[in-house]
Amino acid sequence: MMRYEWRIALSGWIFLAPALLLITVFFFLPVIAALLLSFTDFDIYALGDLHRLRFIGFNNYLQLLQSPLFWTALGNTFYFVIIGGPLSVAVSLSAALLINSRLIHCPSLFRTLLFLPVVTTLVAVAVVWRYLYHPHYGLLNYGLSLLSVGPIDWLGDPDWAMPALILMAVWKNFGFNMIIFIAGLQNIPVTLYEAARIDGADAWRQFRHITLPLLGPTFLLVALITVIGYFQVFAEPYIMTQGGPTNSTLSIVLLMYEEGFRWWNMGYASAVAFVLFTLILVATALQLRLRQRSD
Amino acid sequence: MSRCLFLILLLPLFWLSGCDTAADRTTIIQFWAMGQEGERVQALLPEFERRHPGLRVRVQSLPWSAAHEKLLTAYAGNALPDLFQLGNTWIPEFVALRAIAPLDEGLRTWPDPALTDYFPGILAANRLNGQTYALPWYVDTRLFFYRTDLLAAAGFTKPPATWDEWLRAMQTLKNLGGGERYAILLPINEWQLPVILALQYGATLLRDRDQYGDFQNPRFREAFVFYLGLFKQGLAPPVSNNQMANLYQEFANGAFAIYVSGPWNIGEFGRRLPATMQGQWNTAPLPTLPADALAPAGKNSSLNTEVGLSLAGGASLAISRTSPHQEAVWKLLNFLAEPEQQVRFYQFTGDLPARQSAWADPALTNNRYAQAFREQLRRVQATPPIPEWERIAQRIAYYAELAIRKQLSVDEALATLNQDVDRILEKRRWLIGQGMITP
Repeated sequence: MMRYEWRIALSGWIFLAPALLLITVFFFLPVIAALLLSFTDFDIYALGDLHRLRFIGFNNYLQLLQSPLFWTALGNTFYFVIIGGPLSVAVSLSAALLINSRLIHCPSLFRTLLFLPVVTTLVAVAVVWRYLYHPHYGLLNYGLSLLSVGPIDWLGDPDWAMPALILMAVWKNFGFNMIIFIAGLQNIPVTLYEAARIDGADAWRQFRHITLPLLGPTFLLVALITVIGYFQVFAEPYIMTQGGPTNSTLSIVLLMYEEGFRWWNMGYASAVAFVLFTLILVATALQLRLRQRSD
Repeated sequence: MSRCLFLILLLPLFWLSGCDTAADRTTIIQFWAMGQEGERVQALLPEFERRHPGLRVRVQSLPWSAAHEKLLTAYAGNALPDLFQLGNTWIPEFVALRAIAPLDEGLRTWPDPALTDYFPGILAANRLNGQTYALPWYVDTRLFFYRTDLLAAAGFTKPPATWDEWLRAMQTLKNLGGGERYAILLPINEWQLPVILALQYGATLLRDRDQYGDFQNPRFREAFVFYLGLFKQGLAPPVSNNQMANLYQEFANGAFAIYVSGPWNIGEFGRRLPATMQGQWNTAPLPTLPADALAPAGKNSSLNTEVGLSLAGGASLAISRTSPHQEAVWKLLNFLAEPEQQVRFYQFTGDLPARQSAWADPALTNNRYAQAFREQLRRVQATPPIPEWERIAQRIAYYAELAIRKQLSVDEALATLNQDVDRILEKRRWLIGQGMITP
């Protein structure tokens, strides 16, 4: 009997081995290497000659915590997550509710249309949005001028650049969450709504007491995906503003990229990566905890 | 059926191995070049391959925006090509990496006047610790592109030659524009102009063998204040260059009358400005700071003082230290450095030749926009030759932008800039202290 179980386990491991091997080589090893790297001052000099490498313990982390640039990037990233995340979830939920409601005639058409921004290349989207945001010729400012609001320098003003990026990111990404929400909504049995209607519940109470609670797991999934994704915001500021004006759109990942691949300070960049990892881990754990408590 | 598919999939492999056997007889030189240079240089190569039947050149074109990263990654992966183009401010970095081969020994075979044919300021940017590490391919510096009609309307038939004239011209331009016009466009995310102004003031930027920032030095401060003043007086708009949707259109509209830029814009202005605007613009060397404005030590100029100092830019060619085909690569390098090839390359790309004898060619003497560059190129200076320079330059632009936006005062900006730069240079100080690099 023991022998049989052992053989089962062995064959299991053999089946897993290719995948495990790949994950080890391409994921765990690089992660461990990056962790080690984050305790060194690996830079352009060390790349040329390893004798120029110093083990500096937690210095990268200490330096990071003392660097105003890191705090700027952290603040910007939180700004993006805290404003952009809920906004994105709210927009995708509203869109999903609209499509799922009886008000719309051709739901599959709208579903496709609203999903289009997700599959469009971000670079192309960014180029078009840069035109929309142009202070003189932009469509957005033209619309504002009709409401007699003065022109806003969307991407050039440090106060407006981040809201502009959030707006674009929400527009670009909400379709994906919307699809997940639609799937969640379709899983809610219609009988529950019928019962509620018979009991005299209006649309709001149906939403509040049936839709929201039953969407719980979907909500958690969407929130987690969104927060993890938004913490890693990179392409939007990289393409639209390069982190400017005056670093008002510099995100943590952009900081990591600049340090690592522009200035080749791999040690420092690895430290940034691990700080970001810790942040996302904490944020995810917090969300799960909140969820458990409310259940 | 599936066996058939298998064979089809294998076909490219046979083809590839076929290539390899053919390659045994000829030496293939891998050559990486950037942007349009990478594409257009191919037109020069048939002549080279005709002269050297045993050699073939394979050019790979990299986009400028990814070139620096790609070269560093190639170095890390031991996959550098035999010959590559690099921006001349990158040379110190690749020297620190020991990625490029020193050239002086090979250059000894050149006839004597060949090296003196290069613009001295540009050649200096390719030398480090008395050794030449790369050969200038084409040159680049910054000077004025200006609207001749607007300047004439402001009473200037000639471009301003001194800072005083320059300031007066800008104020007149601004006043005549009636609020719609800025005198000059200086994108605030570019470090070049504040650095040029500082060099004109005789600032050294770094001190003590380039180990510390020297930005609180009165000379740098004065130049910095002058630069900020251009924005404070409303002569230049506080915009970055990615906020300019269409620079050429704005220039044609007269939204600004002067633009500080490099040779690539000769072609762009010619192509992109409307036909009515052609003949209404020209180039001019930078104005000089009058000698009496300089502190005594700044007057080191036995040089031509008719023209104000600018930056020694451009791209160079370097040979990978690990290239197995040193002899063949030298042939290609020598070929590309020939004045005739420099002229042809200019005709294909518009890139200005690094060798002064190439400028005698009618192709260049007939270009009225190129003449100012020739004058300017005789008066250029390289930025500090250290790998950290690009990074320091970005900090200069960043703190200048903060000061322009009044988020920091001048002294705060310069003090924090100095601190930042000192931190960036920490590794360099350590390496010098350990004797691992010689300053």
